[in-house]
Amino acid sequence: MRMIALHLAVLAVLAALQFVLPAYHHTNAARIMVLATYAIGFNIAFGYSGLLSLGHALFFAGGMYATGLLVDQGGWQPWLALVAGPLAGGALAAAVGLLALRTAGPAFMIVTLMFAQAFHLAILYWGRFTGGDEGFTLSGAARRIGAFDLADPATRYTAAFLLFGAAMLGCLALARSRTGRVLVAVRENEERTRMLGYDTFRAKLFALALSGLISGAAGATYGLMFGYVGGSFASIQYSILPLIWVLLGGAGTVLGPLLGTALMFYLIDWASSVTTASQFVVGAVLILLVLFAPRGLLGLVRDHAMRRLP
Amino acid sequence: MEFGPFLLLAVMEGLVGAAVLALTASGLSLVFGVMRVVNVAHGEFFMLGAVAAWFVSQWVPGPPGLAFAVALVACPLLVAGLAALADGLVLKRLAYEPEATIIATIGLLYILQQAALSLYGPEARPVPPPFEARLQLPWFGWSGYKLFVIGAAGAVLAGLWLLLSRSRIGLVMRATQVDRETATAFGIDVDRVYAATFALGAGLAAIAAVLIVPIQQAHYLMGGDPLLLSFIVVVIGGLGSLRGTLVAALLIGLSDGVISTFFEPTLAKILATLLVALVLVFRPQGLFGARA
Repeated sequence: MRMIALHLAVLAVLAALQFVLPAYHHTNAARIMVLATYAIGFNIAFGYSGLLSLGHALFFAGGMYATGLLVDQGGWQPWLALVAGPLAGGALAAAVGLLALRTAGPAFMIVTLMFAQAFHLAILYWGRFTGGDEGFTLSGAARRIGAFDLADPATRYTAAFLLFGAAMLGCLALARSRTGRVLVAVRENEERTRMLGYDTFRAKLFALALSGLISGAAGATYGLMFGYVGGSFASIQYSILPLIWVLLGGAGTVLGPLLGTALMFYLIDWASSVTTASQFVVGAVLILLVLFAPRGLLGLVRDHAMRRLP
Repeated sequence: MEFGPFLLLAVMEGLVGAAVLALTASGLSLVFGVMRVVNVAHGEFFMLGAVAAWFVSQWVPGPPGLAFAVALVACPLLVAGLAALADGLVLKRLAYEPEATIIATIGLLYILQQAALSLYGPEARPVPPPFEARLQLPWFGWSGYKLFVIGAAGAVLAGLWLLLSRSRIGLVMRATQVDRETATAFGIDVDRVYAATFALGAGLAAIAAVLIVPIQQAHYLMGGDPLLLSFIVVVIGGLGSLRGTLVAALLIGLSDGVISTFFEPTLAKILATLLVALVLVFRPQGLFGARA
């Protein structure tokens, strides 16, 4: 009960923040919530199920491009295209999973990385439709869902908040459910879980597909909210970022993705203002985390203060 | 040009790519085979070799052949030293745990790339070939240097094979690969073997880069393609199998060259990835990999 109250309190703070934040941080907060949704999707595969994918940009960009292209060139209604984005992300993840889950451990990481890279190359290759590296911008009409205009900051914040809230509560429900426990069991010891009679392949495929669905939803929303769809979102950079966010916040925790995304966002923001070598910060954070705090910030909290933090 | 000679040209270009890819990928494969470490920063070691070769070509006076010879020796040693340092400072402390080392090498990738961007700059810069020679065929002329690249890569690979199969160092490496704990029990200093293996793997990538940089310019982002292709090769050949890596490198390098010549390089990479998908469906352990 206390744990549910804690998570609802975090959501309440996020909802209240939009009335007090100045414009710059207001936009940042909306961006962070969508990216944190992406991190939640990644965390379901990596944190809860132990599937370290290095190709999640495929699902994020897959959702973004599905929605963006359908609205921009397919002439779809924005709300319908926004539904298609997550489905595309989930379908891509299921297809990749069917192939990549035949391998385990390091081979799984390599294979996911390769598929994402192939998708990135495909976007560059079919530049006639995708705009290649430069991408394309979405018109004002493409960003209007009914009476709500996503170009308006207040609406944008609310949309990001709703998306994040849904993903977070979904993740909380999953973590406390039977399925969630099976996933953690797969992460901890796959052989033993299989011996207990669980179909671990199906469990992993489910986790990856759900993870892709949420990542695709984040990508689709991000595209509509900021009116831009570009090839860089499919690059390896966007596969690594959710890994950093989740590692920093705490893998296998519900609130970790939000904490990690927000901290990293402002860390890079600050680093870019004092030095041009902001990539150093990313690399150093990764290495320091893995050396000294492999469980992340909330992992430390769970180890020392709140044992039952989901 | 007619189709026949054009195909010949494509195959010859493909052979150059295959030779360089075989060197790069065998480094990755060796590190994975002995240490069970997937080195995501492998492409950056390749890039460092090329960038270092450019610096050498600027600093060493005299004919380009001399600078090239210096680069061919000094750059791989420099990169290997750097790799050994990274192994001791980071990987060793992680006890070579697979996930942690992957994340650490990703961090290393960012740091090396940023270092190259900050110290070398965003420009692509050419390095002069060590000699000018032209191979005149009835249909087209070809750079004699490219022929040298194929020969040199073959010589290095032969040396690597001799090192692994005939020398004491190779024996120790193979023993560590088969069973780390038994190797320790027999008095093998596994930490030193790991450091040497990681350095050797990075050095092989750097040799490949020094060889290719007179054909392809040095650039701080040039590590991406060799990394992707090496991963493809290593997965198709079977993780940890050096023979599989060499066969797959020939296959992928040749087809990459031919498809790039007739169509586009990007398409070649997409097709190679699809080939990996096929291999995974029918032979998840790779062509030469042992069944797990």
